Amino acid sequence: MNIRAQVSSVFHLDKCIGCHTCSIACKNLWTDRKGAEYMWWNNVETKPGTGYPTRWEDQEQYRGGWERAEAVLKLGGRGGLLGKIFYNPALPDMDDYYEPFTYKYGDLISAPAGNDQPTARPVSMVTGKPMKIEAGPNWDDDLSGSNVYAANDPGVVKLSDEEQQQMFAIEKMVMFYLPRICNHCLNAGCVASCPSGAIYKRGEDGIVLINQDKCRGWRMCVSACPYKKTYYGWTTGKSEKCILCYPRQEAGEAPACFHSCVGRIRYLGVLLYDADRIEEVALNEDRDLAAAQRDIILDPFDPQVQADARRAGIPEQVLQAARKSPVYKFVKQWAVALPLHPEFRTLPMLFYVPPMLPVISRENQGRQQLADEFFTTLEKARLPIRYLAGLFAGGNEEEVKAVYRRLIAVRMQRRSVSVGDLDAAEVEKAAELAGLTTDQIDALYRMTALTRITERIVVPPMLREQAIEAGMDPEEYKQGMGFGSRKAPKRRW
Amino acid sequence: MMDLILFGIFPYVAVALAVAVGIYRYTIDRYSWSSQSSQFLEKKALFWGSVPWHYAILLILLAHFLAFLVPGAWDALLEAPLRLLLLEATGMALGICTLLALLLLIVRRAGNARLCAVTTRADWLLLILLLLQVATGVIIATTLRWGGLWYAHTISPWLWSLLTLRPDIQYLAVMPAVVKLHAFNGFLLLAIFPFSRLVHVVSVPFTYLSRPYQVVVWYRRRARLG
Ligand code: HEM
Ligand code: SF4
Ligand code: SF4
Repeated sequence: MNIRAQVSSVFHLDKCIGCHTCSIACKNLWTDRKGAEYMWWNNVETKPGTGYPTRWEDQEQYRGGWERAEAVLKLGGRGGLLGKIFYNPALPDMDDYYEPFTYKYGDLISAPAGNDQPTARPVSMVTGKPMKIEAGPNWDDDLSGSNVYAANDPGVVKLSDEEQQQMFAIEKMVMFYLPRICNHCLNAGCVASCPSGAIYKRGEDGIVLINQDKCRGWRMCVSACPYKKTYYGWTTGKSEKCILCYPRQEAGEAPACFHSCVGRIRYLGVLLYDADRIEEVALNEDRDLAAAQRDIILDPFDPQVQADARRAGIPEQVLQAARKSPVYKFVKQWAVALPLHPEFRTLPMLFYVPPMLPVISRENQGRQQLADEFFTTLEKARLPIRYLAGLFAGGNEEEVKAVYRRLIAVRMQRRSVSVGDLDAAEVEKAAELAGLTTDQIDALYRMTALTRITERIVVPPMLREQAIEAGMDPEEYKQGMGFGSRKAPKRRW
Repeated sequence: MMDLILFGIFPYVAVALAVAVGIYRYTIDRYSWSSQSSQFLEKKALFWGSVPWHYAILLILLAHFLAFLVPGAWDALLEAPLRLLLLEATGMALGICTLLALLLLIVRRAGNARLCAVTTRADWLLLILLLLQVATGVIIATTLRWGGLWYAHTISPWLWSLLTLRPDIQYLAVMPAVVKLHAFNGFLLLAIFPFSRLVHVVSVPFTYLSRPYQVVVWYRRRARLG
């Protein structure tokens, strides 16, 4: 037993309205500078869709994550990976993201008088030259159902013809938003792939950072992260990634994307887990991965776990935070949150409550009418369960169905409370099917719909004042920080 | 006099610069220590440039170092005419390989607007000096045959004389101009190494082969349970 604490998150996809406030909050704070324009440490993509970078989920192309056998990176064994150092065949290039651009706004006011309206031409932020814009941030926003984007979604391509047709039949067209940040994985591909050993997990809170002074620009992490959440700084020759706003967390604040989330879909809290079992979990079959990962998360209320955690040096305040963690509730107690693509085997510590996407309406003699079984049927879900299972459960449909049974039970109970038109026996049956008690359903409803920021986001005390020797520069102690440096992040030599 | 400056004094200046500036840069501005990969901006031509360039230049450098460090063993190795021929042919092939690959890398940079935007003056200088170096190397190999043999008896003792702090420039003074240029430019490259992206050469990440996959850094040491 090797107990560690991990700051983890849950994103509730039914609540995401796709407003991109989170992306902008992050961009303004961390990546609003030369060379980082194309980086979206937080991005929100439309699903089904190809995502950012294009088709990032296709590991045959990008070689991210781990092979199941032998715990070897998809990118290659240690020697094989070093052999690719002069040229990395799996590296996405700028066009897989997009070329950042701006407009020559100055032309609008400086153009000489003439017969035509002056225009602001787009110019590349790389070369400064005029360019034709062919892609941009969120280029496929809301374009699900298009035969360019959704039809090329690696998850959709795997479905049968019939299922694909069902998804794209025009009246059934369906989409949801998938906000993504670094998952601060337990078995991180980025960490494992770094030839310099520059990427590390912080022991106390599990935040994954790239030591900027150690990074040599070998750019292996960009490939090895299956979520494409490390980004190569093409001006600095250093890779960067989401730092989970650790400077904010160390001041007791929520990460910027969490704090600014308009839909209040984001939950943050500590999970305790057994680090000795990471590798064992990663060796499971695809379909068992979600359950296996849930299994190494420990119960912070169990006195034995508490005693072990104390002996492992986890401070009392962190244990307290673990007991208040909404993530523990979503992932373990209610089991309604699943990891994204567990089959990449990095053990991502960001979990998603999958979207319900219910039958909303049907046509009745030319008029749209709310469906009878609004919110209550699983079988008529508009996205094939198989597609969702491909996203959140390594293809295990049972795993996803179990989650939906719980979400449906919550909705039925709420409907019977607020509208009162459901048969009590039916509501009870749904709860029983879901395996949730009435109290649990109430708590799940409360946490989903009513809680304030202090309950949704429980930042553990980072205890820096205790952790660092008095008088020592914390950056020095930690050998460098997560991005940039004490010097400006640009090329000097 | 010129020979003394170029081959008796400048090598020490170059080494001193490489070491002093190298250490200075590593301690003061480690953030700048990077391969400055440009694959993100262009990858098709990079493959045909970078891969042959690196494998060939590393093997050629290896041969230069071996013949310098262990001239006796080197001589013994080349006693058999067949082995000499084989080495000569391999060396020539690798030399041409570096030349073509480097030309491709230069054309790649010059012809691509994105790459031009990230290329500094130091990058251009480095590429030009490297081009000069491999070009003179190939010329030497074609015009002054059997370098595998004469290197061990001329260049190697000169380098040893430098190493033992009793510089003997006689070995170089009698050499044709192209060899002098190659030798001087070699040390010039050493001199600009700490100022350029060439610093990546001393960061070869061999430790990757033996380190654990997952790296965890603690603020403070903590008790591990058995
Ligand atoms: C084993 C040692 C070496 C390693 C691991 C290594 C690795 C690299 C890497 C990763 C790049 C960036 C390629 C990219 O753009 O993605 C690079 C570029 C370069 N390397 Fe090396 N290198 C090594 C040895 C050398 C040596 C010995 C030389 C020359 C004496 C050299 C000269 C260069 C040059 C000139 C470039 C820039 C090429 C360009 O983009 O125009 N390297 N190297
Ligand atoms: S999601 Fe984050 S921690 Fe996981 S492999 Fe990618 S960059 Fe690393
Ligand atoms: S701010 Fe919240 S609701 Fe808006 S896109 Fe981001 S995650 Fe979704």
